[in-house]
Amino acid sequence: MTTTEIQNNIIENFTLFDGDMEQTLFYLMDLGKKLPPMPEDHKTDTYLVNGCQSKVWVYPSYTDGKVWLEVDSNTDITKGLIYLLREIWNGKTPSEILDTELFFLDKIGMNRMIGSQRSNGLLSMIKQIKMYALAYQVKQN
Amino acid sequence: MIKSNIDTIRANFPILHQEVNGKPLVYFDNAATTQKPKQVIEALNQYYLKDNANIHRAAHTLASRATDYFENTRRTIQAFINANEPEECIFTKGVTESINLVAQTWGRANLNAGDEVIVTTMEHHSNIVPWQMICDEKGAKLRVVPINQNGELIMEAYEEMLSANTKLVACVWVSNALGTINPVEKIINLAHQVGAKVLLDGAQACSHLNVDVQKLDCDFLAISSHKLYGPTGVGVLYGKREVLETMPPYHGGGEMIKEVTFEKTTYNDIPYKFEAGTPNIGDVIAFRYALDYLTVLGKENVADYELQLLNYFVNGVNEINKQTNDAIKLIGAAKSKVAVQSFVIKNMHPFDVGMMLDAKGIAVRTGHHCTQPLMQFFELEGTIRVSFALYNTFSEIDTLLQALTSIAKYANR
Repeated sequence: MTTTEIQNNIIENFTLFDGDMEQTLFYLMDLGKKLPPMPEDHKTDTYLVNGCQSKVWVYPSYTDGKVWLEVDSNTDITKGLIYLLREIWNGKTPSEILDTELFFLDKIGMNRMIGSQRSNGLLSMIKQIKMYALAYQVKQN
Repeated sequence: MIKSNIDTIRANFPILHQEVNGKPLVYFDNAATTQKPKQVIEALNQYYLKDNANIHRAAHTLASRATDYFENTRRTIQAFINANEPEECIFTKGVTESINLVAQTWGRANLNAGDEVIVTTMEHHSNIVPWQMICDEKGAKLRVVPINQNGELIMEAYEEMLSANTKLVACVWVSNALGTINPVEKIINLAHQVGAKVLLDGAQACSHLNVDVQKLDCDFLAISSHKLYGPTGVGVLYGKREVLETMPPYHGGGEMIKEVTFEKTTYNDIPYKFEAGTPNIGDVIAFRYALDYLTVLGKENVADYELQLLNYFVNGVNEINKQTNDAIKLIGAAKSKVAVQSFVIKNMHPFDVGMMLDAKGIAVRTGHHCTQPLMQFFELEGTIRVSFALYNTFSEIDTLLQALTSIAKYANR
């Protein structure tokens, strides 16, 4: 599936809640619990994207021309959101990641989560993953 | 008195009457900033519609009107805190600037190597960092009064800390994170016995407690308008005349001078010596209406009502805990408190709780509340903090308690 198709699927799942923010957040937190556990020795400061309130760890690897992501967060709602980001980007090529326009956050009513970089590590995390993708792309060429 | 007039009071705060995320707004973030009554908003409007002019030193009518209104606020705040004279009240941007002013003027002139400044574990960063900066510069030492698990100062430790080396005690009157009311009269009295000055951070205290600086005998008191139902960007530094007069100026510029030549400048008298440049005239003028509003309602009435709200909330949390195996832990259980309560929910990060409550239209604060050393003491990353004000209602607390019940149950399934 393309990153656009994955995002459209995500949006469809969230339409069930009809804009009910509380249900949306409960669902996000449930999704976060589905993240594969990140090995503790990968949760180092090198892979930490720091926000004022929520921390995010991103540990990337690159095999067969594809980017693989281990991600985690200390807060559950953010964890749900990074679960979705991983769904979109895990196993994609650097150029697919770099070309992605992330529109699902706005559509599921979570755009404000990336509004304030200071309070939340999510926006920094998105930038960080794109930086890794760019680095892999440069290395490949 | 507040309870029976709550509808009228709420009608005075237009911002409260809106929906957030499809739910009626419940605003419980009053310790961060209070909402403004329409009297304040109208005064601000009126100033820009009719009276705007730069104050002091002008022959025209608008300037004289603006000057009168500006100085009226100074007299109102003087009465509000019972200062000896209006000149002891200096307008600043807020508590942070008031404290920095004292650190950079009084501190620079009076602190030397080996001197000590005492703060407490429960200070806001704005009453820690300015002292660290000047202590580093001067080779003075910052000492910290410890607290107990209830969030109260350990006064015996404070007494032991005081010595001839103590030059200043900079202490928060009411903790923004815990709501603890500190025994400031005793703190001041003990400090004065060793010849130290005392600065009180009054950011939280002034909206909840009666303030009488002469009775307290504090040397400085820092106040923010926006936590007192007034506009943002205005604060007051109260200082005793004899102390303020010995302090060098803070910022150089217009207004703060008597005479300027390239060889030498002489400085204006207090308060103008510390008010360089054009001040925040409109907001200062509107601040008076916030003070009047509180005075008419009566501080005791407000404090009494807010404590009823706090008790109602705490009792509600105890009920939730019976159903959820103590899922909610209250942080800060001082005997003497204002209507501020921090808490954490087992198995859920404060940030997530804040987001969940926002989904219900409930505004609270989450995080470290600019008191990281205090959070380190409690071994917490942060808390959820609710803080009540005179326009909050018991039914709003019911809404909060309902939301907390479902969050606590979800987190501890």
